[in-house]
Amino acid sequence: MSILVGKDTRLVVQGITGREGNFHTQQMIEYGTNVVAGVTPGKGGEWTLGVPVFDTVKEAVETQGANTSIIYVPARFAADAIMEAADAGIELVICITEGIPVLDMARVRTFLDQKDTRLIGPNCPGLITPGEAKVGIMPAQIHKPGKVGLVSRSGTLTYEVVQALTDLDLGQSTAIGIGGDPIIGTNFIDVLKLFEADPDTEHVVLIGEIGGTAEQKAAEYIAKHMSKPVTSFIAGRTAPPGKRMGHAGAIIQGGEGTAAEKIEALEAVGVKVATLPTEVAQLVKESMG
Amino acid sequence: MKLHEYQSKRIFAQYGVPIPNGDVATTPAEAKAIAGKLGGRVVVKSQVLVGGRGKAGGVKLANDPAEAEAVAQKILGMDIKGLTVEKVLVDEAADIQQEIYLGIVIDRAVHKPVFIASSEGGVEIEVVAKENPDAIIRLPVDPLLGMVDFQARNLAFDLGLRGKLINQFVKIAKGLYQAFVDSDASLAEINPLVVTGEGKLLAVDGKMVLDDSALYRHPNLEAMRDVQEEDESERIARDAGLSFVKLDGEIGCMVNGAGLAMATMDIVKHYGAEPANFLDIGGGAKADKVAAALRIILADPKVNAVLFNIFGGITRCDEVANGILEALQEVKTDIPMVARLVGTNEEEGRAILQAANFPSAQSLGEAAQMAVAMAKGGQA
Repeated sequence: MSILVGKDTRLVVQGITGREGNFHTQQMIEYGTNVVAGVTPGKGGEWTLGVPVFDTVKEAVETQGANTSIIYVPARFAADAIMEAADAGIELVICITEGIPVLDMARVRTFLDQKDTRLIGPNCPGLITPGEAKVGIMPAQIHKPGKVGLVSRSGTLTYEVVQALTDLDLGQSTAIGIGGDPIIGTNFIDVLKLFEADPDTEHVVLIGEIGGTAEQKAAEYIAKHMSKPVTSFIAGRTAPPGKRMGHAGAIIQGGEGTAAEKIEALEAVGVKVATLPTEVAQLVKESMG
Repeated sequence: MKLHEYQSKRIFAQYGVPIPNGDVATTPAEAKAIAGKLGGRVVVKSQVLVGGRGKAGGVKLANDPAEAEAVAQKILGMDIKGLTVEKVLVDEAADIQQEIYLGIVIDRAVHKPVFIASSEGGVEIEVVAKENPDAIIRLPVDPLLGMVDFQARNLAFDLGLRGKLINQFVKIAKGLYQAFVDSDASLAEINPLVVTGEGKLLAVDGKMVLDDSALYRHPNLEAMRDVQEEDESERIARDAGLSFVKLDGEIGCMVNGAGLAMATMDIVKHYGAEPANFLDIGGGAKADKVAAALRIILADPKVNAVLFNIFGGITRCDEVANGILEALQEVKTDIPMVARLVGTNEEEGRAILQAANFPSAQSLGEAAQMAVAMAKGGQA
């Protein structure tokens, strides 16, 4: 009952010996995620947290059958790490790293067009299928298994909404952070498509923010292709134009990308948009009855 | 990071884009000397990092060096949208027959750099986009291949350029693209690119915005940053590794995570007050970072309440609570504050604050209402 990650996930951690990578690997293992390998070039042959470390992703795939990768390497090496994973045949790559130059990501996305790899992120918290696998940095304890699929451009804001859902006894099928950068691997529509096809997701929550037009495009998609109800929250109603609000992608430019236009587009296709993050949970509860 | 017109045009020129002869002056006397050297009519242009300089009276023609001096005298020191003009660019005035817009941005939807061009140059492209969207040409470029000749030629034809202008345009478009890529820009713009009376293309105005995430590999470009054009608090925040945007309200906000920080601002507004800032202290914020953030928030005289909103994932609430208290020993203040800490180690965090008589709230809504009440109380 989930999308993208679950019991079949065989995870390789790129950057497993780094401080962040090591800490979160431990957390993921404690949650029950099947971490089969780590990669740090030059540290092949070592072990950490009971996990074998390899020099290359290719070896991790060949030796351990890794099918999913999570990337914690610093920004200047992250684009390379994504391409290495894709080249090694990894099906799903989750890049947590923040601050990758945009042109690097433009090249990576074009490279990925020729591969069968799905990228989530960068600059994202990862994803979790509660009770099965956590592939990310989110606090696990706020989640519970259930039927609400959640997709978001943000990290902590997502936790806020997840907590509110769990407080109302609304569990999650899968919760995905797609990242706050201008160029990301998987967008709202890709995830909506997966949730629509997932028999165990009954309701979808979409958390957007200022910048770009991804929410408007999602609205068009919802109108045409979604039978499941969608509830939303859009952050940044009070954000001024022309200023980057933390996330590289969260900027109103040339009058485009305001919260108001996103909310309007979503409401126009029947999506309920909450005023406060916690209100999302109440709207979902009302809708699910 | 934004570059000034003169900086942008100098970069373009390094890539074979023709720009007018000219130089930068910081005094009227310098402007006069530059105009004298150039000879003939010049244009004196304020160098500030905002749009609409022309409308604000920051761009003026001068027929001779004496007039250039007089005009520069007027423009230097002028206030344009809150920024003081400290430099002017003195350029040879161009004989303008036609104005074209030529720019490159990153298109999020197609995840590639895309050329934006219009034969209706000289005005803001957003205006053209709104009033006459058909006049805008968009051309995505494969970032692995770069701008190739035939694409540039097609762009020239689509702009209605003919004859000898075609090859000039190809050189300019390819040069601009290379400048964009080599500088890790998120915007490179020539507006207008003019056709002169002699049938030459000339980049009369230029603008570049650089990708902050890539500045680490461009120390030469980083050195071009005009710190005087930046809000001081934003500069201090940047140096402290904090993501901060100054706003106009009265409630200072300190939050972990960009999305939550925006949502916190929205909630403050929802409960009837205005946020003083956007501030993301990032993951795992320790006392020194909290203190730095607090100093920046409290430096704003309009702030009369502070709201901490921390959702602990990687960040531990007890660590933040200690951070707040340590910061308050360093930064003495009477401004009322409220903290809302949830997530990892929230009970410990709340206990620490309670022991210090620091007000805390359970939910974000409650915290925001408390902050708003504190702010209003402070005003009365």
